[in-house]
Amino acid sequence: MKKLITTALVSFSLCCLSTAALAAAPIKIGALFAVTGPASFLGEPERNTAQMVVDEINKAGGVKGRKLELITYDTGGDATKAVQLANKLIKNDNVVAIIGPSTTGDTMAVIPVVEKANIPMVACAAGIKITDPVKKWVFKTAQNDTLAVAKIYEHLKKEKKNKVALLTVSDSFGSSGREQLKSQAAKFGMQIVSDDTYGPKDTDMTAQLTKIRGSQAQAVICWGTNPGPAVIARNAKQLGLALPLYMSHGVSSKKFIELAGEAAEGVRLPSGKVLVADRLPKGDKQKGALLAYIKDYQNHFKAEGDHFGGHAWDAVMLLKGAIERGGDTPSGIRNQLEATRGFAGIGGVFNYAAGDHAGLTKDAFVLVEVRKKDWVLVK
Amino acid sequence: MEFLNQTTQFVISGLATGAIYALIGLSFAIIFNSTGIINFAQGEFVMLGGVLTIFSINTLQLPLLAAVVLAVAGTTVVGVVFERAAIRPLKNATPLSLIIITIGASILIRGLVMLFWGKDTQALPAFSGNDPINFAGATLLPQHLWIFGVTLLVIAGSRLFFHHTISGKAMRACSFNRRAANLVGISVGRMVLLSFVISSALGSLAGVIIAPLTMTSYDVGVMLGLKGFCAAIMGGMGSGFGTVLGGLILGVLESLGAGLISSGYKDAIAFFILLLILFIRPQGLFKKGETERV
Repeated sequence: MKKLITTALVSFSLCCLSTAALAAAPIKIGALFAVTGPASFLGEPERNTAQMVVDEINKAGGVKGRKLELITYDTGGDATKAVQLANKLIKNDNVVAIIGPSTTGDTMAVIPVVEKANIPMVACAAGIKITDPVKKWVFKTAQNDTLAVAKIYEHLKKEKKNKVALLTVSDSFGSSGREQLKSQAAKFGMQIVSDDTYGPKDTDMTAQLTKIRGSQAQAVICWGTNPGPAVIARNAKQLGLALPLYMSHGVSSKKFIELAGEAAEGVRLPSGKVLVADRLPKGDKQKGALLAYIKDYQNHFKAEGDHFGGHAWDAVMLLKGAIERGGDTPSGIRNQLEATRGFAGIGGVFNYAAGDHAGLTKDAFVLVEVRKKDWVLVK
Repeated sequence: MEFLNQTTQFVISGLATGAIYALIGLSFAIIFNSTGIINFAQGEFVMLGGVLTIFSINTLQLPLLAAVVLAVAGTTVVGVVFERAAIRPLKNATPLSLIIITIGASILIRGLVMLFWGKDTQALPAFSGNDPINFAGATLLPQHLWIFGVTLLVIAGSRLFFHHTISGKAMRACSFNRRAANLVGISVGRMVLLSFVISSALGSLAGVIIAPLTMTSYDVGVMLGLKGFCAAIMGGMGSGFGTVLGGLILGVLESLGAGLISSGYKDAIAFFILLLILFIRPQGLFKKGETERV
């Protein structure tokens, strides 16, 4: 008897589910994030954020009465896998748009796939190559390295310092930063007096810093992701290095302050506005979105929403806007994405155009300094 | 003067890093000597030492000393379980398959730690402050003194153990000739277990004392393990002074290379030395060649 009731209940609920599904099939959106592997510091918050935003959109009734369905795969930061998964999303899951991937390497590998299949993709990676030259179906939300470099050089110029020492990590993030730092130096009248690298797993950088101490440098610019920059900040303090230390946006999370401890004091870096959301002036267009995102992320994951998760937030919201205006076909979404103007998200205020699929200016970055274990805006 | 100061700093930094390599190298050598296998999970013992200490302090709210003891004990248990579950059951396996098993174990341990404690890097507070100490124009941290101190203690301790206690002598006997050792009544199995106990304790101790400097995360053991392996190879896989010297030389060369030549070649220098020694002096820098009687 009991079994019968269970069967009846199960089949009844199945019926309900299938009729609900018939009423309005969900719009399928694919997502590729490097949730595991070396770039997991990007992929994990991105996956969390994307799922959280999609759930919330659905809870609020979906887009024009239709639910969104997010299909997420983990690329592990492996370009080959990213290509396979992109194909799977397009051919098996029939998604209308793709969010991600998280890293520049993955994204560059996936671009030919989406271009061929005519599926719009909103990448969460920062490499300038992704949208320069412009590809018809590819957009991105992460700020270009170029903008971060410009922010630092601009500040140094204002402080009348023009001799810098570079210390960059020997992975794709560091070498891309190093390239930008070198190519833009002349434009801002900067002179690179020392150019050193360190390995992503290195545990002691006193040798490089000692060398820098002996050079003419007036400031040190370090380009890397945790934990390297934290080790560098500690080593610099150990050596009593009196030069101002600039970092990249790769360490723009509380984790850096936690790791570097006291040595983080006075370190400056360009960052998305999410770090200093509550300190932004009232008139700031992004402030509302930023505060809402931080609060939401805190509620769901008991952790601080960061810069990187913000890329996924922007991607989902941009797609939502495009679907609202342009319907659920890939070409409709693409055209509406390109027509997005003045969308104030987490990464900045996006203005896409036919000739600009990155959509941000250097105002997307603010320069922050660590003071008393917290971030403050540098004017 | 400036050049001299710089070089002093390079050497001091190098010695500090080298002492860490030496400790890890010693723990490689101990297992190699009693079993003939190279335990590539050694780096994971180092990682476990750091991760478990941070876990004990942050989650279990233990004071530092208790946390260190617990971390070393915990890692030793892992080492013992590893030996019992993966090494001992394979009585007649070739050293090669045992080595591959250790690689498997290292991936397993790393994966489990990642699942339990996440992928984030964590820092351990320094044992006695962060105020730099000036020494002959160079600076070092109190934590470096801890590293030097512990390394010295471990060298002295292992010397005493291997040359002046019955168990230590029995372990050396196993390393010279297992069958002969067995014939004179030494339980080779027990010696192997003991070597895993000592080696995992030593590895985790190294992990604990370096955690405040280098920070720790689930994958920190890979590179440290390899560098420790280099040190052990330089010392000819002996569990004594040679390995320590090998570690120190490696650390200093790395630091000088990074400072004076190019920081891009830092790891290349270490592995170049490793290859060179394997080609030219496979018996290690400080050992006389052994002749084997047929």
